[in-house]
Amino acid sequence: MIPAAFEYERVDTVDAALAALAAHGDEAKLLAGGHSLLPLLKLRLAEPGVLVDIGPVRALSYIRDDGDAISIGSLTRHRDLETSDTLAAHAPLLRAAAHQVGDPQVRHRGTIGGSVAHGDPASDLPATLLALGATMLVRGPAGERRVDADDFFVGFLETALSPDELLVEISVPKATGAGWSFQKFNRRAQDWAIVGVACQATPTGARIGLVNMGSTPLRARGTEHAVGSGATIPDAAAVAHEGTAPTSDLGGSAEYREHLCRVLVRRALTQATAPA
Amino acid sequence: MDIVLTVNGEERSAAVESRLLLVHFLRETLGLTGTNVGCDTSSCGACTVHVDGESVKSCTMLAVQAHGADIVTIEGLADGERLHPMQAAFRTHHGLQCGYCTPGMVMAAVSLLRENDDPTEAEVREGLEGNLCRCTGYHNIVDAVLAAAKEGAT
Ligand SMILES: Cc1cc2nc3c(=O)[nH]c(=O)nc-3n(C[C@H](O)[C@H](O)[C@H](O)COP(=O)(O)OP(=O)(O)OC[C@H]3O[C@@H](n4cnc5c(N)ncnc54)[C@H](O)[C@@H]3O)c2cc1C
Ligand code: FES
Ligand code: FES
Repeated sequence: MIPAAFEYERVDTVDAALAALAAHGDEAKLLAGGHSLLPLLKLRLAEPGVLVDIGPVRALSYIRDDGDAISIGSLTRHRDLETSDTLAAHAPLLRAAAHQVGDPQVRHRGTIGGSVAHGDPASDLPATLLALGATMLVRGPAGERRVDADDFFVGFLETALSPDELLVEISVPKATGAGWSFQKFNRRAQDWAIVGVACQATPTGARIGLVNMGSTPLRARGTEHAVGSGATIPDAAAVAHEGTAPTSDLGGSAEYREHLCRVLVRRALTQATAPA
Repeated sequence: MDIVLTVNGEERSAAVESRLLLVHFLRETLGLTGTNVGCDTSSCGACTVHVDGESVKSCTMLAVQAHGADIVTIEGLADGERLHPMQAAFRTHHGLQCGYCTPGMVMAAVSLLRENDDPTEAEVREGLEGNLCRCTGYHNIVDAVLAAAKEGAT
């Protein structure tokens, strides 16, 4: 499978990337690790006129302790997340989720920024960032803005990014010492989740992100409210599917996904709230 | 688009079409046909090569993205006539049947041991999750990788 022809521009700074996007308008697409975009190009499900390769922007690959939060450059690869000591100490849920992405070869190339910007509800990291209450730092022609993860994923493969903007950094509030759980249900080790659950215990309850339970990554708000008002874990998990709209496909029916969602949320809450 | 890169220790330069995949560059432009295409959909790992020392599926990377990179293919592992210890372990432990998945398996296994030089059996199985063997000879493949790890192969 060969992609349709495109022009290729390699950039090594954020400013050069933004200039290329401004110059080419809707024709251009950013290329990070390529592990979501290249499969689409090969199937000719996407045919951008220009690819702007931001792979060489080394300055966007970092995991930094910023006091209350961990700041992660958008070009940080899954491999760097899954091996990070900083994440092990302060956001172990994200480290565990990154370890579940695809296989080693995918994790050697794919980036957190590409995963977030692609906005696939079946991806592991977007739902995890919802559970962690992350914030996205976005830069465009008009300067920088911050978007909460809750406002970032707006539709199927659609995010709050406009075509002339670049996701620069993901900021994750520290969850040092708090309980967490990542539950991914799939048929084969390397596969995407049929359903996944990212759960982060907080001082007042828990935040829960759902993978593949609708057209965007979602929060299990019914369960979160129930936990916050003192419900038992089984009672809270029983409403985990509320507000979701999963699809039916070869991986499972919508009904099966709702069932999985309740079971996985129960397991996640049990693990996240177990005494250390 | 002009690219310059190192392949199996040799500097190579070429003018390539932007859409050329790394695997086709290796197989067709350079004639290094040891790297196989299995699925062409990023699933099987038959096309695995090393990019700057790490396993990557070369069907899911553009040749232009490899500009400046250090690429090693299955042809670059052996030291002349002497097989790389991982290749030798695959031979000793019968880690192949038809052999189609083998180049990718060997490259993935070498990368795995670089990241974890003393893996458990479970870690080997998990570490090779990106490589499929249609002959399903996984058992001997895992034995070969564990044996290579014991011998200190990286
Ligand atoms: C075989 C296989 C299995 C996989 N399994 C999983 C899995 O189990 N779970 C999972 O979560 N993911 C999985 N993935 C996807 C993987 O995580 C991708 O790496 C990730 O989704 C995209 O990251 P990327 O860097 O490769 O992005 P790219 O493919 O380069 O880009 C993806 C999209 O984001 C845009 N983009 C990239 N970077 C930026 C930026 N900084 N600012 C703005 N826009 C940007 C691009 O223009 C493009 O539209 C799998 C992929 C493959 C090939
Ligand atoms: S041919 Fe590249 S993963 Fe199958
Ligand atoms: S030996 Fe035949 S595909 Fe693995």
